[in-house]
Amino acid sequence: MLYQSFLIKYAEIGTKGKNRFLFEDALISHICHALKRVEGKFEVTKDAGRIYVTALTDYDYEDVIEALKKVFGIAWICPMFQTGDRDFEALKDHVIRYLDQVYPDKNRTFKVEARRADKRYPVPSEQMNRDLGEAVLEAYPEMSVNVHEPDILLRVEVRGNVVNIYSEMIPGPGGMPVGTNGKAMLLLSGGIDSPVAGYMVARRGVRIDAVYFHAPPYTSERAKQKVVDLAKLVSRYSGPIDLHVVNFTDIQMLIYETCPHEELTIIMRRYMMRIAERIAGETGSLALVTGESIGQVASQTVQSLAATNDVCTLPVFRPVIAFDKQEIVDISERIGTYETSILPYEDCCTIFVAKHPVTKPVLKAIRKSEAKLFGTVEELVETAVASREVIRCG
Amino acid sequence: MQAYFDNSATTRVFDSVKDIVVKTMTEDYANPAAKHRMGLDAENYIRDARAAIAASLRVREKEILFTSGGSESNNMALIGTAMANRRAGNHIISSNIEHPSVYNPLGFLEEQGFEVTYLPVDHAGHIDLAQLEESIRPETILVSVMYVNNEVGTVEPVEEISRILRRKNPSALFHVDAIQAYGKYEIRPQRQGIDLLSVSAHKIHGPKGVGFLYIDSRVKIRPLIYGGGQQNGLRSGTENVPGVAGMGAAVKEMFTDHRKKIDAMYELKIYAEERLSKLPGVTLNNPLGRAGAPQVLSASFEGVKSEVLLHALEERGIYVSSGSACSSNHPGLSGTLKGVGVRRELLDSTLRFSFGLFNTKEEIDYAVGELEKVLPVLRRFSRK
Repeated sequence: MLYQSFLIKYAEIGTKGKNRFLFEDALISHICHALKRVEGKFEVTKDAGRIYVTALTDYDYEDVIEALKKVFGIAWICPMFQTGDRDFEALKDHVIRYLDQVYPDKNRTFKVEARRADKRYPVPSEQMNRDLGEAVLEAYPEMSVNVHEPDILLRVEVRGNVVNIYSEMIPGPGGMPVGTNGKAMLLLSGGIDSPVAGYMVARRGVRIDAVYFHAPPYTSERAKQKVVDLAKLVSRYSGPIDLHVVNFTDIQMLIYETCPHEELTIIMRRYMMRIAERIAGETGSLALVTGESIGQVASQTVQSLAATNDVCTLPVFRPVIAFDKQEIVDISERIGTYETSILPYEDCCTIFVAKHPVTKPVLKAIRKSEAKLFGTVEELVETAVASREVIRCG
Repeated sequence: MQAYFDNSATTRVFDSVKDIVVKTMTEDYANPAAKHRMGLDAENYIRDARAAIAASLRVREKEILFTSGGSESNNMALIGTAMANRRAGNHIISSNIEHPSVYNPLGFLEEQGFEVTYLPVDHAGHIDLAQLEESIRPETILVSVMYVNNEVGTVEPVEEISRILRRKNPSALFHVDAIQAYGKYEIRPQRQGIDLLSVSAHKIHGPKGVGFLYIDSRVKIRPLIYGGGQQNGLRSGTENVPGVAGMGAAVKEMFTDHRKKIDAMYELKIYAEERLSKLPGVTLNNPLGRAGAPQVLSASFEGVKSEVLLHALEERGIYVSSGSACSSNHPGLSGTLKGVGVRRELLDSTLRFSFGLFNTKEEIDYAVGELEKVLPVLRRFSRK
C-alpha cells in the first residue's frame, strides 16, 4: 500500500476559538466511528492543529476514502506516503518513486513545498525544495517546474521521526461534526427533497431524527421500507437516525370526511407539523426540518407555507426553500438518495389529493375548517403519537 | 390467520422439495460433470428429475432442457428457434395477451428483422382462430401462444391452433408457454402437436430459479448461452442440481394422484367463486368453474382501488395480487383485462386470487369474511 497515513484538513471548525477542542474531539470521534466499518486498524491523532489517520494494518484504500468522505467537518483528505527513513538521499528516491506511482503520465508541471517541523533535520527547507526539484527533473525530464500554478503541488514534511510525502487533496463533505449543534426532527417523505434537507442540516453539525407518516392501507409496506432505506442512506452521513413511523390514516380520513376537499393537503400538513413537534418535544429535538421548496407544489406556495407554519412553535428549517428542483436533484444524486427517492410508491401526500387544491389558502378559512375537527381529532393525534413505531436507522 | 392466495405468482414448496434441495446442497453437492463417485451421485439427481418430467408429458428424456425458469424457457424457445430457422422464413405469430417474457423477446426479434403478428383475443380471452388461419403464411416459422392466461385463467385452444397450423404450414413450429398450465392440465405435446413447451418449477410448489423447456427432437434450435457444452451444448453452465432435483421432486408429488389434486383445486376455486359473487359490487372476470384454469380467480370490486384493497387485505394476513397493476403509471399493462372486456372503471379495481395445494376452505371463508368488513369502509373513503 502506497499510503500509510491520511492528513485530515478541516475548515470551519478551525475558527471556533476556545471551543475548538470540542469540535476537534467530535470530529475525531466521528472519524473513528466511520472507520469502524472499514476493515483494518487505524489510529486517529491530533497534532498541532491537524488530524492524522494512520493505518496500523493493511486496509482497503477506496473503503477508507469513501468512509472519510461522509464525515462532516472534513474539508480535505490528503493520502500520505510516510517513511521513517530520514536520510536525504533516500528521501529523493522516495519522492521519485512516489511521483511515478501516483502520476503515470509525467507530462505535468510541479512544485516542491518542503517543511521542517523538526528543525534539527540537517537540510533546510529552501534547499530541500531545490534539491528535490532537481532530482525530480533529472528522473523525469518531461516534467517541468511551475511555482505559481503547478499541476502537482508536492509537499514534503519532516515531523518527528517520520517524513510525509503528499500531493493529492480529495475533497471531504465540509460542514461541521454532527452533534456539535443540537438535534432536529426531519419530516421525511419518500420524495427527493426531504432526504436532501436532512443531509444539509446534518452537515451543519445537527443530529437528526425523523418522522414519517404512514397511511395503511392507502400506502404500502414498500413505501415505508423506502423511507427506512432513505433514512439509512442519510444516516451514513448524519449518524444514527431514530425514525418515528406515525400511523396517519385515521386523522387523514377524518379530515377527508370533515373538511373541504381542496383544503385537505394544507390541513393534513398542519397536523403533520403538530405531531412532529410533539415527538420533537418528547425526544429532545429543538427544531423541525422539511424539504419544502417555494412553489414546487400547491402546498408549497408562500401562502401555503405560511398556513402550514402557523401551527409551529419550534423553528422550522427549510434548507432547500429557494433551490430549483434540479439543484435538489443534483445533491440527491451526489449523496446517493436519488435512486431510492424515485421508486414509484404512493405516499400519503399523493393519495386523496384534490384535483384543484387551494394554492392561496386564507389562514382564517383554514382555521375555520379545521375547527370542525376539534373534539374528535385530539384523541386521534394522541393515539397516533403514542402508537408510533420507532426504527433505529444506521 | 394467514391466507396466501398468490400462487400464480409463486408457491410454497412441498416438504419433499425442501428436503431434496437441502440434501443436494449439503451432502450430494458435487459437480454432476465430475468423474468421481460424488459427481455421479449428483448426476443421478438430474437424471431422476429428467425422467420424472419426461414421464409427466409422455415425451423422451432427451427432449427436456433445464433452464433458469419460465422466462429463460420462453426466450430460448423464441430466439433459439427463430435464429436457427431464419432461412426458412422471418414471420412469427403470437397473441396480445402474452407474458412479457414472450413479448420482449419478440420485440428483440423484430429488431433483428423478423415480422411478428399479434393476434387479438375475444371477450372470453381466446385468440381468434379465424384470424390465426388468415395470418399463417408460407414464411411463418413459429407460432407462440400461452396455454393458460396468468391474469384471468383463460385456457387457449392449443389443439385447434396446432391443427390449423399443421394444415396451413406444416413446417412451422408451435411453442406453448405452459407456465400457468403445467401441473394443472394433462399436457401431451405429441398428441397435442406442441413442438416447444415452457415450464417454471416455482408455480408447482418447486424452487425458484429453475424450469425447463420441452423441445421436440426434430426441432432446430440454437443455444442462448455458450460455454462448457453441458446439456448437449444447448445450455452451457453447471447444472443447477438443487433446483433441478427440487423441480423433479415437485413434479413427482404434483403428478401423484394428479386428478384428485386438480379436483381439489377446482373445488376451492368454485367455492370461492360462489362466496365472492354473493358480495355486493363484486364481478368475476375469470371463466367460471371448469371453463377456466383451476387456480385463477379474477374479481373486480366496484368503488375500491385494487392496490388499496390489496394492502387492506395484507393487514389481515390475506395475500393476493392486483392482477394487471394498471395504475396510471403503467397504462400498458391492463391489456388482458381490457381484452377480456373488463369495464374501464373496474380495471383499477381488480384483484387476482390464485390458489395452490396448500389452501383450504377455511382460508376462503376467512378472506370473504374480512372482505365483507373492509369493503364498506374503503368504499366510504373512495377518491372524490
